[in-house]
Parts: sequence; structure tokens; C-alpha cells
Amino acid sequence: MNHVALEDQHIALGGKMVPFAGFNMPVQYSSIIEEHLHVRNTVGIFDVSHMGEFIVTGSDAEKWLNRMTLNDVSTLTVGQVQYSAMLYDSGGVVDDLLVYRFNDHYLVVVNASNIDKDFEWLSSHLGGDVAIRNISENTTLLAIQGPRAAELVRNIADVPTDGVEYYHFIEGHVKGIPVIFSRTGYTGEDGFEIYIDRAHSLTLWNAVWEAGKPLDLKPIGLGARDSLRLEVCYCLYGNDIDQTTTPHEAGIGWITKMKKAGGFTGYDVVLKAKENPTRKLMGFILTEKGIARQHADVLLDGQKIGEVTSGGFSPILNKAIGLAFINKPFDVLGTEIALDVRGRQVKALISQTPFYQRSK
Amino acid sequence: MNIPSALRYSNSHEWIRVEGNEGSVGITDYAQGELGDIVFLDLPDVGAKVTAGEPFGSVEAVKAASDLFAPVSGTVSAVNSSLGQQPEQINQDAFGKGWIIKINLSSTDELGNLLDATSYGKLIEQSHGDHH
Repeated sequence: MNHVALEDQHIALGGKMVPFAGFNMPVQYSSIIEEHLHVRNTVGIFDVSHMGEFIVTGSDAEKWLNRMTLNDVSTLTVGQVQYSAMLYDSGGVVDDLLVYRFNDHYLVVVNASNIDKDFEWLSSHLGGDVAIRNISENTTLLAIQGPRAAELVRNIADVPTDGVEYYHFIEGHVKGIPVIFSRTGYTGEDGFEIYIDRAHSLTLWNAVWEAGKPLDLKPIGLGARDSLRLEVCYCLYGNDIDQTTTPHEAGIGWITKMKKAGGFTGYDVVLKAKENPTRKLMGFILTEKGIARQHADVLLDGQKIGEVTSGGFSPILNKAIGLAFINKPFDVLGTEIALDVRGRQVKALISQTPFYQRSK
Repeated sequence: MNIPSALRYSNSHEWIRVEGNEGSVGITDYAQGELGDIVFLDLPDVGAKVTAGEPFGSVEAVKAASDLFAPVSGTVSAVNSSLGQQPEQINQDAFGKGWIIKINLSSTDELGNLLDATSYGKLIEQSHGDHH
């Protein structure tokens, strides 16, 4: 079992610790619903140090990353972040990830459950003047998310973070320690993710809490992280995307740059799947009591037409929601479907996504 | 951990408070804590027959779902309808406002198969050790 640097702090705050992706992580501190709403309405802090970070260097880094990932790395400016993914030759997803462009290198941030797999995949496909280094074990990542996040981060930063746009970052310091302030997150709220050397985790943690107390900062566990991302329909690797899904059917066609120079790994399969789709990831809202969870069958007139990839309870809608792969041609908004919830058929509607959007 | 001494407990974390021939049934404070936020319940109708050790309904929490098991056999004499709108009463007051059903007992003999507060306390100490 791996341990984040701030494990004792989470336990001291009443965090209920569970194994997740090989790490001992807080799933909740008080209540998932309370924590969820606190992020929507106020501000919360998440320890997501289980995530993986790779540094990519070399004069061919841009060209190589562009081939290894779906999005167009050549369009990135220094200080910009890009949501992307990488594929197997089969067109299935290895992982979804973030690419950060620095002056002289790139930072690639991957899912905790895929760190080893991703690092091996990338290492075995090196070409030209490129080097890759895994700094996951030495990196602490804290996410500050919610309407008051910008104010909190402004109060601990020695650089002007207010001007940092969404999916951009700025390098600076907290209490003299170098950090990266990244205006990104997995909640659908405004906020920052802050990267720091693991050795200085406690310095950052204490500074955040000092600035956060007057703003009613609360710790948020992985349970609410999942319900927050589901309301805004951000894909979760292992649920909505995996080695068997292609990008367009999973709704990440927007990061799949079919026309970029040089193409990308898996291009041919993706092109075929795009032109001849067999299913689509759709949202649903239950109209009867129950929660449909991952792998639940989706039924139409008793016939299986799909499978739930993510399901849960939306504290904002006060209803059960989810995402499911729906076979063509049944992927029609407004269709009444039934979901098999532990042997019971529960009615739902195929619905618009996302389920929640913050007011700007 | 809150374990009222006047109640009887099942291995599956239900409690029963018996008055005369009727028993109020709910899930324990430990059980609601393990489940987390409860958002839906699937409950029987008044008049339904229940059997000791068999499911009589289910509870759906944000994290997971769980069956509810009847601690004794009998007939459902009341259902806590306020849980339909406010299932969180189970999280807030598992032994009080969070009662789930009342059962007219077929026989008070079955109560002898249930745990007293001390034994139940030991049970959750052990199962908690199995966790993390």
C-alpha cells in the first residue's frame, strides 16, 4: 500500500481511509453529500497526490508527445494545460491525461491506477531525442476547488494567480517553496490544483488551512470527488473509458485531432470507429427510486441496449444520475429506458449532459 | 459507539425494540456510519410477511446499496413513511426517528437468537478490525 505524505493529517481530520488505486486514501470526512455541496457552494481541499506525474524532456518532446496523444500538442503555449488521452494501436484508451507545456519541458499528469502501465507504455515507445522521468512518488498534489478557491489561492501565492485562465498555470511559491498553480480541476467549479515537492507537503497544507479557515475551507474525500465529476460528466478511466472504448463513442472526440500533422497512435481504428459508430456514451436520470451503478444493464422493452459505466446520486438534482453506453440506434435523448438495479427494473430517461453547469 | 442496552441486535446490524407483541426495527448507528449518506429506501407494505434472517427491503446510500434483514418473523404493522422524503433521518438518529418498520411478532422466542448490546458491541469491534 502506498501512502500520501499527508495521511496523518487526513486521519486527524476524521478521514475514513480506504484503499484506492494502491493508495490509502480518504473517501469521506463527514458526509459525501455535505462535502459535495460544500465544494459547489464554498471551497474544499482534496489531496490527490495519488495521481501520477511524468517529466518529458528533449528536443523532440513536442513531436513525440503529439504522436503519443490525441490532442494537438503543437498548439500549446508555455503556461498552458491540455486535456488529452493516449491510445493503444487497437484504438482503446491507455489513459486520459493532462499535458503541461513549460519553457524547456512538458509535464504529463496521469491517473493513479495507471501510473506504472502508462510509464511502461510511454518508455517503450520513445523515439528521437526524448527522455521521460516518473516523479509521481516525489510529488504532492492538492486541489482547491469551489467558488472561494481563487480567493484562497491568491492569499497564499507570491504570484498573481487571479489572472491565470482556465487550463493555464503559473509557477510561484508558497512560504518560499516552489509550486505550480494550475487552474484545473475535476469538479466543474473554479479552482486550482497545486503541485509541490513531497518533502514540503506539510508547509503547503498548513498554509492552505491558515488561509482557508476564514473562508470555511473543508476537506473533501474521493467519494465527493466522484459525485462532483459525475454531475459535470467528466470521464473516469476504468468506468467510462478504458482499453475497450474508442474516443468518439466516449464523448472525447473534441480532444481527438484527426487532422493534426503526423496523426497519432491508434489513428486508423479511431477513424473507422468514428465513421461507423456502434454505441454512444449518454447521460441518464432515474425517474424512480434507486441508484444504478457501474455494469447495470440498460433495457428497452426488455431488450438489453447498453450498460451503465458510472452511476450515482446527484446532490444538486437530488436524483440518481449516470452515464451509460447505449447501442445505436437507441441513443436518442428523452428515451425512457429501464435499468437493472440489483434485479429490480427502475425507470430512467436518456438525458442531456452535463447534469450541472456552474453559473459563471 | 452508541449501542442502547435495551435493544436486541442482529449480526446484519439491525436493531429491534420490543413492546408487547410489536417490535420497531431499524439499522444500527454503526451500520449507518458504514453506509454513509442514505438517499433511498425500498420498503415493504403494511401487512407484508417477513421472515427472520430474510431480506425485507433495501437501503441505497451514496456509496453502496445494502439489503435489510428481518431480525424476527412476523407481519409488518407499520412503515416509517417519513423516510420517503427524509431518508437522512437514519443517518441522524438511527435508533430513534430513523426507525424503519414495525413488526407484529409471530413468536417472541426468536428474540433469543439475537444479540444483546454487549455481544453486538464485540461484533462490531471485530468487524471494524477487518476494515482499515
